[in-house]
Order: sequence, then C-alpha cells, then structure tokens
Amino acid sequence: MTNNVYWEDIEIGYEIPKWTRKTDLMHWNRYAAVNDEFIYIHMDDEAGRAGANEQGAFGMGNLRMAYLHNMLRDWAGDEAWVKNLGLQYRAINQKNDILDCVGTVVAKRVENGEYLVDLEINVVNQSGQGTAPGQATVVLPTRS
Amino acid sequence: MSEKLETLVTQEMLEKRDQWSNPKVSRPVSESDIRKWAIAVYWPEEPPKLYWDEGYANSTRYEGIIAPLDFNPFAWPVPVPPSPPTPPMGTGQGTNAMNGGQAVDYVAAIRPGDVISATTALVDWNERETRLGLTLFSTNETRWTNQNGELIRISRNTSIRY
Repeated sequence: MTNNVYWEDIEIGYEIPKWTRKTDLMHWNRYAAVNDEFIYIHMDDEAGRAGANEQGAFGMGNLRMAYLHNMLRDWAGDEAWVKNLGLQYRAINQKNDILDCVGTVVAKRVENGEYLVDLEINVVNQSGQGTAPGQATVVLPTRS
Repeated sequence: MSEKLETLVTQEMLEKRDQWSNPKVSRPVSESDIRKWAIAVYWPEEPPKLYWDEGYANSTRYEGIIAPLDFNPFAWPVPVPPSPPTPPMGTGQGTNAMNGGQAVDYVAAIRPGDVISATTALVDWNERETRLGLTLFSTNETRWTNQNGELIRISRNTSIRY
C-alpha cells in the first residue's frame, strides 16, 4: 500500500509536485490506440493545419486530463480518491511541448466524514502558458 | 455575404433538452483494457501497480485492481455505430466547434469485469458575443452506472460552437 500524504499534513498554499511530459506522436498514438481516438488532426500535420493549427497535428484534450489525474495520484497515493476534477481547454498541446501539470491547495475542509483538499490545477507548457486551468477535490487519508 | 444568425440554438436542441438517451452499454472491462490504458497515459514511465499488479492492488483500500479514473470503457465498440453526419468545419457561422472543457464527479471505481452503462442529456446552454462572434456554450451531462446499478461518475462536457 502506498500512502503518500495525510490530510493533517497539508497546508493551504502547498504546491504539489509537478508532473511532466514532453508530448509527441508516440504519446498521442498510444492514447489513440486505447481510446479509439484515431482522428486525423491528432495524427497528421496536414490535417492539423487544415483544422486551423498552423503547427500541424496536435494532442488530445482528454490526454491532458489524464496527465492531471496522474499528477494527483502520484502525489496523494493509492489511499486517496479524486472526488472531482474539472478543466477548460484554453490552448492547444503542440507537438514536442513540454507540459508541466501543476496544482496548489486552495482550501481544506471536512464534509460528511471526508477529509477534503481543494486544488487549483493546470497544464502549463514550456512558454509558461496555462493550457488547461481547472480545479480538483481530493479525499485524503486522515491520522485521526 | 450570408445573413447573420441571431441565435445558434436549433429547434433540435430545444426538443432534446433534458431528454436522457437510451443507455449505451460497454463490453465487460478486462484487466488488459485497464493495463493498456495505464501504460498509454503514463508512457514512457511504468504505470502504478494499482492498475496492473493484482497482488499489490489487493493490499490497498480498493482490495483489487481498479481502472484509472480517466478510463473510457466505451472505446472500441462492437458493432461500430455509424458516425452521425457532421457539417464541415469553418464554412459558415455556427459551423466551427471546440471542446470547451469538462468537469467530472467520481463516485466509485471501475473494476475488471464491470459492465458500464451511460446515459446522456443536453442539460444547459448559454449564448453570448465573444471575440469569435456569436458563441454557443452547450453542456451535456453523462451518467455512468455499473452492472449493479451503482453510480460510477457524472460528467459535464462543454462544447463551443461559433
């Protein structure tokens, strides 16, 4: 069992460890294979440009959401539970982008016996642009 | 130049609002489906053992392998449903579309052997002028339950048309 953090040990303002991927067709093709998401704009530069992205093929929004889940799970461990996660897609994931998933704890509360932390999350590219701002609530183990 | 539309809300949207679709039913989820999903989303790192090592997963609070929360049990349907006709992008007002985002409440885990049912409804929309011109934000809600009728998740997806 992996228990990384307890609710009591987390303070508001805490920045959780970032989770990073350099993304390209090796990642997108694997995701297409499991999610049955073979769409030309994610596979072919010509199709990407025809879809109004000058740089060509681009990554799937759903894969960035998966990366945010990976960040939360790798931080909180297997005894935690992501209660909700929401995000908006504000910018495209270009080929060879280096994406940093980031999160900051903005609130703590106990509700219906659950020990919760609220986080602001984002997927930030190598230019410092937030591509997918959002929020998440995670149920953490408690020492009590 | 064609006449500017006053609204992008269609008669079909008005008729479909809050009308829940017939359930779509997944194939049984296999351990291998979960393992491959985890490999793909963690590539090139090894995915967490919770998603593929039964011995380890049995030692956690989940007492067995679970799927990553972002797992989609509806990939690779058999038979393949016909694709609905989609208007070409960028050929006129209201024909451009984007994925605006999503918000998901996760209630319970998906496990090997689960059969997931999904039902969807168009639940809300709003329309306003943006830098793209008249823009319609539509929200579809989807509810997943497992073979025991337990709620798995509720997701709300926003699509943008302009």
